[in-house]
Amino acid sequence: MEFLQPSTWTEALQMKSAHPEAMPIAGGTDVMVEINLDRHRPASILDLTRVTELNQWGADGEFLRIGAGVTYTRIIGELGDRLPGLAMASRTVGSPQIRNRGTVGGNLGSASPAGDAHPPLLATDAVVELASVGGTRRLPVREFFTGPKRNAMKQDELIAAFLVSPAKGPQQFSKVGTRNAMVIAVCSFALTLDPVRKHIGTGIGSAAPTPVIADEAERFLEGVLDEGGLWEKPASVDASALARFGELVAAAAKPIDDVRGTAAYRRHALAVMARRSFGWAWDEYRTKASE
Amino acid sequence: MTEHPRLAPRTPVTGRVGDSVQRPDAVLKVKGDFPYSSDLQVEGMLWGATVRSPHPYARIGSIDASEALASPGVRAVLTHEDVPGRKVYGLEIPDQPVLAFDVARYWGEAVALVAADSPEEARRAAHKVQVDYQVLVPLTDPELALTPDAPSLHEGGNVTRQVRIRHGDQNARAEVVVTGEYEIGMQDQAPLGPESGLAIPDGQGGVDLYIATQWLHIDRDQLAECLALSREKVRLTLAGVGGAFGAREDLSMQAHACMLALRTGRPVKIAYSRPESFVGHVHRHPGRLRYEHGATRDGKLVYVKARILLDGGAYASSSTAVIANACCFAVGPYECPNATIDGWVVYTNNPPCGAMRGFGSVQNCYAHEAQMDKLAAALSMDPVELRIRNAMKTGSSMVTGQVVEGPVPVADLLRRVRDVALPPATTSDPVDLTEMPGGVSNTTHGEGVKRGVGYAVGFKNIGYSEGFNDYSTARVRLSVVGGRPRVEVHTASAEVGQGLVTVQAQIAGTELGVSDVVVLDADTAVGSAGSSSASRQTYVTGGAVKAACEAVRERVLSLAQSEMGGLSADAGDGRRLENDAIVSADGAVVVHLATLLGEEVIEETREFHPRRTAPLDPETGQADAHLQYAFAAHRAVVDVDTELGLVKVVELATAQDVGKAINPQAVEGQLEGGAAQGLGLALMEEIQVKDGVIRNASFTDYLLPTILDMPPLRMQILELGDPHSPYGLKGVGEPPTISSGPAIVAAIRAATGRPLSRAPVRPHDIVDTSPLPS
Repeated sequence: MEFLQPSTWTEALQMKSAHPEAMPIAGGTDVMVEINLDRHRPASILDLTRVTELNQWGADGEFLRIGAGVTYTRIIGELGDRLPGLAMASRTVGSPQIRNRGTVGGNLGSASPAGDAHPPLLATDAVVELASVGGTRRLPVREFFTGPKRNAMKQDELIAAFLVSPAKGPQQFSKVGTRNAMVIAVCSFALTLDPVRKHIGTGIGSAAPTPVIADEAERFLEGVLDEGGLWEKPASVDASALARFGELVAAAAKPIDDVRGTAAYRRHALAVMARRSFGWAWDEYRTKASE
Repeated sequence: MTEHPRLAPRTPVTGRVGDSVQRPDAVLKVKGDFPYSSDLQVEGMLWGATVRSPHPYARIGSIDASEALASPGVRAVLTHEDVPGRKVYGLEIPDQPVLAFDVARYWGEAVALVAADSPEEARRAAHKVQVDYQVLVPLTDPELALTPDAPSLHEGGNVTRQVRIRHGDQNARAEVVVTGEYEIGMQDQAPLGPESGLAIPDGQGGVDLYIATQWLHIDRDQLAECLALSREKVRLTLAGVGGAFGAREDLSMQAHACMLALRTGRPVKIAYSRPESFVGHVHRHPGRLRYEHGATRDGKLVYVKARILLDGGAYASSSTAVIANACCFAVGPYECPNATIDGWVVYTNNPPCGAMRGFGSVQNCYAHEAQMDKLAAALSMDPVELRIRNAMKTGSSMVTGQVVEGPVPVADLLRRVRDVALPPATTSDPVDLTEMPGGVSNTTHGEGVKRGVGYAVGFKNIGYSEGFNDYSTARVRLSVVGGRPRVEVHTASAEVGQGLVTVQAQIAGTELGVSDVVVLDADTAVGSAGSSSASRQTYVTGGAVKAACEAVRERVLSLAQSEMGGLSADAGDGRRLENDAIVSADGAVVVHLATLLGEEVIEETREFHPRRTAPLDPETGQADAHLQYAFAAHRAVVDVDTELGLVKVVELATAQDVGKAINPQAVEGQLEGGAAQGLGLALMEEIQVKDGVIRNASFTDYLLPTILDMPPLRMQILELGDPHSPYGLKGVGEPPTISSGPAIVAAIRAATGRPLSRAPVRPHDIVDTSPLPS
């Protein structure tokens, strides 16, 4: 196994170009597990931990551009106020030790349907920045996941960063696991309220071959809010509308029975989480509006 | 001279029986400095890896090792043909191959071995060993294994043991009858230290094995048979044990490492990964239990009928003893005049099952306690009151006919946990997610949450049962080191994390009045201590240390007698050993031990044999089969998210009679750890097996409770004193694991109204996930 260790981003891209088979590694919380379990044995490893460019974040127009090597711990601590949904999801990742090592870039690279960062990225219409020696391209995250543990990256590309708008309204993330901490999602749900665009964003994890959005559910709820003029005069949302929203979220999933849970339970839980998440987000919006 | 690996330092322990004494390895373990068996190393050692069957049931044809042998760094590849002696081993029935021959009977069974210069080279070469498997249809349903048409997995059929208990009137009838069927999943002991050890050949045909195990001598005896060596040529030393819970009772890599070391002439280390550990040891038996309880209208048990079926998996391990326990304790700690208990443990092609903390008394506790709640509901009676009304007491008869002596505080334990003030309701304003079902995963802020309270009481045997010759050996040596008396205690008993080192030191310190006590490495240079199992070591090895100390004390006192004129000829004048000296009845120093002993060394070895037990009558199951009974009760308070099926255990309360707490701090640790392990089985811990294949052989999907899952444990530790045991003590380690889980499931039933006849309780058992009518 060859070990490649670039010290700059340019060098990293050159190495990836010369060794397209190289497995990039940042925190190692996925890659090392796969190697230790003998599930995967890359011919070479591209260690990105010395590439300081990846550890930075800052403003990029109206977006925040966050380097692929920024850890969950830093997202919680440094960006929690601007990206509350992603921070909530980050808090549910593994243990403190894992959050100190693991990165959102790595989560995207692994592209597991259970990746905790994915639902909030979907719900906020995030964009993934991919780079190679040939240049840089930006891909909406909803086009990034192509199958279970598969993504739209080309062989010579690395994930440079992701871009996401700072929250303009309440965000929520909710995840079912069979213990109260340090658990992989049985299923998860992220919700974003954007009062500026009058937009509802959703993301579903662990309940389809890829992380998915609940498009129809978003449109339905936007319709309910628009019709009632609720963005402007936030009153409570009808229980039957909430129930319908939950059903539509559940319907957007394509879950399976597996070792972590049943398909029927996942659908059921998504409906409950969707309902509750919106309830919490809407309460927050109403409270702020009345202040 | 062979190099020896670094073991844990032997730090002196000061403390008396009844003191809370900190473990000598506590700081090392917290800081990560404790040398566990997986940390063992010596110069020039090789690494072993194991080739395992990818099929739960397959005929084994030829094995081609040529490609593996040609791989870089590989020093040896061994198969069943290389087993020097007996090709099988087993605790009770030698039916398990050292390396599979003819057939592999479970997924992950060891088939061949590789030794190489590095662990990775060994592992990679193991993938290159070509085994010609003819795949067979696995027998995975224990019910099917019982039928005459099922293929026979071993000579003599699939029933490893059947136990029949016939107690009282077999045709008894009752006014109120409740029935139930229960299912318990396969739990893993999940010790944090995976199986590992280091075998060092001595150059003269023998081998030294440094190993994390529970019973050095039974390992040695089995190894000697399989390696075709005399027992003297197989020497074992206990290496740092990272937990056991029954998982280390059987051989795992012991014979493999020794075979590779003897073949290569080099030290060989084997350390399992976590996934390998899941196939490297036996598990708790999954069980299917069918019960019928009959009672009078005023709530007195008339009869219990039970049918218990345990899946023993591919090999016998300790299944025959586990099914005996499951049957003997099937009714729970209740007076029951009439009982009909039928138990079977069968062979299947599932992972082998054997010893785990609670040992047969856990599965049945889920069933008998659910039955008691059902009966209480049928009688419109308080469930605790019903239990108290039927509680065993001193002089009560077991369903085996054995009269239980000494304190039997079942009713008292139940009253005590009932009378603990209930915790306040969890407030949701502002919401503290760590207190909610689902925890920081943010699934509820109080929505759908209902509280439930549940009770359970359980019991089991301490020590070996059914006539087994239970004993332990201790050698105690008193000498003067650096001008002060020092006691060295040498036994072969395995410190597996339970606190046996402090217990031995405390007993020696108490009996000999010496403050500097060192417990030596456990090894086979001294006689057998028996297993660190059955909650027996404090009783039996503690008893042996006490006996050896008494013998040393007698010699000290008679030495004083002969060396110091003017003392009373009568040694019974109240002189005792205290503060490193012989003191008179009024506490005045007669002579300091350092002065008395000088260069002299006093050493005594003693065996301690508790009372013998008797085998169960094969037709009626009647016998005085057990040495001692230990009881514990739990109350669980849970918050259940009834919409998502997630559970937060808010509080556990327990009461347990420990006879005498030798080290109260260690006792508390046992009660907490045992309750956590019980919580695991109630809520999340299950090896999921499908068609004989384990689907979650890692800690990613085999979930253990975290600190956010385990609530505060409110403990009441009773010291009622057993008239027969050393210091009046009772075994402590297992009872906390028995009733904690059933109490939690009872509490979830109370919160949800769901029947929940299966453990672990999964979210989809709690919520109704059938699609909503559209």
